[in-house]
Amino acid sequence: MMLGLAAIVTQMMHLALVLAMAPVLVGLVRLVKARLMGRRGPALLQPWRDLAKLLRKRPVLADGATEISRAAPYVACAATLFAAVLVPGFAQGMLLAPLADLLLLAGLLALARVALALAGMDVGTAFGGMGAARELSFSACAEPVLLLCILVLAMIAGTTNLDAMIVAFREGGVGLRVSLALIAVALLAVGLVENARMPADNPATHLELTMVHEAMILEASGRHLALWELQAALKLLVWMALLSAVFMPWGMAPAGAGPLAWLLGLVAWLGKITALAVALAVFESAIAKMRVFRIPEFLGVALLLAALAVALLFVSTGLA
Amino acid sequence: MLTTLCLLLAALLLLVLPAALGLVRLLRLGGALVMAGLAVLAVLALLAPSAAVMALPLGPPWAAALVALDPLSAWFLLLLGLTGAFAALLINPGPRHEMVCFPLFLFGMALCITAADGFCLLLGFEAMSLASWAILHERRAARLYLMFAIFGGGCLMAAMGLLAAGAGSLGFAALRAAPPEGFVALAVLLLVTLGAGAKAGLAPLHLWLPLAHPAAPAHVSALMSAVMVKVALYVILRMVFDLCGPAQASFWGMPLLLMGAASALLGALRANLENDTKAILACSTIENVGMIAVGLGLALMFRGADMAVPAALALAGALLHVMNHGLFKCLLFLGVGVVLEQAGQRRLDALGGLLHNMPVLGWAMLVGALSAAAVPPLSGFASEWLLLQALLGAWRTGDALFQFAALVALAMVAMAVALGAAAMLRLWGLVFLGRPRSPRVAGAEDVSGPGRAGLLLPAALSLLLGAFPALALGLMQPVLAQWLGPAVAMPGGVLGLSAGDAGARYMVLPAILLLGVLALVLWRGAQWRGGGGATRAPAWDCGFIAPPVHLPFGNAATQPSGEGFAQPISRMLAGPLMAARENVAVPPPGSMASAEYSASSADPTWRALTTLRAARHAVSNRVDRFRALSVRHALGLLFATLVLLLAVLAGLERP
Repeated sequence: MMLGLAAIVTQMMHLALVLAMAPVLVGLVRLVKARLMGRRGPALLQPWRDLAKLLRKRPVLADGATEISRAAPYVACAATLFAAVLVPGFAQGMLLAPLADLLLLAGLLALARVALALAGMDVGTAFGGMGAARELSFSACAEPVLLLCILVLAMIAGTTNLDAMIVAFREGGVGLRVSLALIAVALLAVGLVENARMPADNPATHLELTMVHEAMILEASGRHLALWELQAALKLLVWMALLSAVFMPWGMAPAGAGPLAWLLGLVAWLGKITALAVALAVFESAIAKMRVFRIPEFLGVALLLAALAVALLFVSTGLA
Repeated sequence: MLTTLCLLLAALLLLVLPAALGLVRLLRLGGALVMAGLAVLAVLALLAPSAAVMALPLGPPWAAALVALDPLSAWFLLLLGLTGAFAALLINPGPRHEMVCFPLFLFGMALCITAADGFCLLLGFEAMSLASWAILHERRAARLYLMFAIFGGGCLMAAMGLLAAGAGSLGFAALRAAPPEGFVALAVLLLVTLGAGAKAGLAPLHLWLPLAHPAAPAHVSALMSAVMVKVALYVILRMVFDLCGPAQASFWGMPLLLMGAASALLGALRANLENDTKAILACSTIENVGMIAVGLGLALMFRGADMAVPAALALAGALLHVMNHGLFKCLLFLGVGVVLEQAGQRRLDALGGLLHNMPVLGWAMLVGALSAAAVPPLSGFASEWLLLQALLGAWRTGDALFQFAALVALAMVAMAVALGAAAMLRLWGLVFLGRPRSPRVAGAEDVSGPGRAGLLLPAALSLLLGAFPALALGLMQPVLAQWLGPAVAMPGGVLGLSAGDAGARYMVLPAILLLGVLALVLWRGAQWRGGGGATRAPAWDCGFIAPPVHLPFGNAATQPSGEGFAQPISRMLAGPLMAARENVAVPPPGSMASAEYSASSADPTWRALTTLRAARHAVSNRVDRFRALSVRHALGLLFATLVLLLAVLAGLERP
């Protein structure tokens, strides 16, 4: 009974937390990037203010837009929020832990991507179609890397359930593994591409020819645009939470723990996310954007790393 | 039950009469009723499995023809019955021979599936091939199709002959009692994989498929893609899994696993490069058949390693995908047929904006396209979840060779899933979204009459199987019990699917509920600050001006075209494998001509075949010289050959 109550409470808190945190995370990355460039930068809460402003405005649909343009932001945002709710943050054993399957997580992100691409193609503008085509081809390069990383995790933990995986990592004494380090790099690369971050896409630009993500939401406005912005922020949070949950599971409150452990877990989680956000900002400030057609090479390296990780695991389990 | 089956089969043959007389309505109604009857019969056979065999009072001279309806047959008969009924509803009047061959095509597939002896199996298989060949209306496609069909049929006949030689009879019971051993078994495996693989469109024997499937009327294309290739997979299951006995080594799964992974990747990649809607769907069929073959290969590997739980997972994934793919592919092909009929176009570059005029068709096809794109919570995701889980567990077999094969297959299948999704979005998006590219497209009308039922029913079934995969798993249980013992653990329950081990689950129902609740919450939440209803305005499009008056639908050239949408994937991934080339012809300075962009690609097998043909020409040219020899030279050559043969004979005769 207590366990069930704790599961419900942590799940609700987690839902509220990710919703509140996602725009702040985007604000933090922008702020750090601005400081690195020597600007003062916008306030931490600026993305929230933008969202509030956009929600107050009436959406303008392009002539010829179908119901797709109206429905897609809700579908994409719901799918991404679902994914964010599944990835454990400050506590384990949340209500939806049995649902937290890594393949389902990949599927939900794919659903959001599909909705985004359809919205981009809806009006039949050149930029929307181009963005959708590029997004889909990036995903074709990223998917094998993601699946191989899932294979490594499933081989070490014996399951694709995220919650059980973290329990196995914390209690099973996995120790330092070369394979884990390799797929951490590979997953980082996939995360950068999936979130339309720096080597793949420039999140700060609206210059037509360089953009992928922005191109698809060019026609969105009002609350639809607000939902797209929230969706992008949530996706960034999902990836950061995933990386910190799998590779840095320290400090997380175990299932059935009390409020004190939750508080500790919260502090640890915020610390980890902040560290990742700062690292992202530093990384983005340090490197240049790649040509679109060099992304397969970037992800090809990640694929090789992931394949190497799997091969190492095969050899080590074969010897054991 | 078997009597009813025989009556329905006879009724299927009788449908040739209304077809020959040109009574299309009767053919539509009768076909739909008979096929629905077969589907009902299949469900009954799955609910109450029996191994009864019925001997018909006719057959080849040496024995009576046998039919049976065991669970495996019933599963495929269910697919045939459902999709056959939907396709029959959308029959359009056509040339007489096409009409007559359609019931024969259905009959051939039904006979092949329900046969209980080798003769009927091959008879049905060949009837299916021949009847569908006669329907094709493009000469080159038909010739290539016939060549592959002859090759496949020949391989299967040889395999059946090898099996029967050991058993002394063609009945399945006798064949099962005397499974082949050693090299004979290997030869059977190889021949069946090649023969049925050629019919299923497994790479590298897939060449005919993207040509032949589009060259038939829509209802036949739908059945060719949805069922005919599955009948070939049924033959693989029947001959390799069943007739060769349970005691086979793990490596038996290797050919299917590798050919399946190659087909999945190649099919998905080609689907992104094609510009013809039907060809895209045909290539996507290659991809999906590849996925199913991967599942079958894994099931064989796991069974060889005595791992019943993952074997059940792989087999259930493959069988579920057989059903799911059959339903959504039938829907998509029928839908494309309606588009062709209404808008007069099959090319992506000529369609567009059809969702405004054809909402029913458009939304139904979106269900099919998203199922094919393996997006949760639709049906395609459920079966691919099972297949991916089976692939993720393949390392447990412990053999290094299998592990690496499964690793490569996993990467290829993962890429194929993403590429398949891209192809489906490209197809649906370019056809139904955007602006119409011609007045005829703008005047298309939505589907009506019985055709509406033929499109909405498979869409509804796709949604149902996506939400309740347990329904299909429950029906499938006797099929799995047939191979893996009655105590086999099903990979799933009421709430969703499970991968057997600790906690890997895809809980479908809670996931759908939660997704709905979250969408609702966001919908309410977005109204939080007011904002008001949406208004309309011209598309912003980064400041492009509105098109001139003489272009009522805007300039089609400013919309993404099929080739343009394919460009990133073509450049990134298709270079070496598909020989993708881009040509941009820029006119010289001062010329007012517009620049031309064109893209081309070629299938690797096609290139290999072209090389082979060139080699054959070279050899035949050399050999041709012998014809120009003088009498003296010819006699000398003859004499030399005679001496050589005598020398060989003398050498062989020596004790």
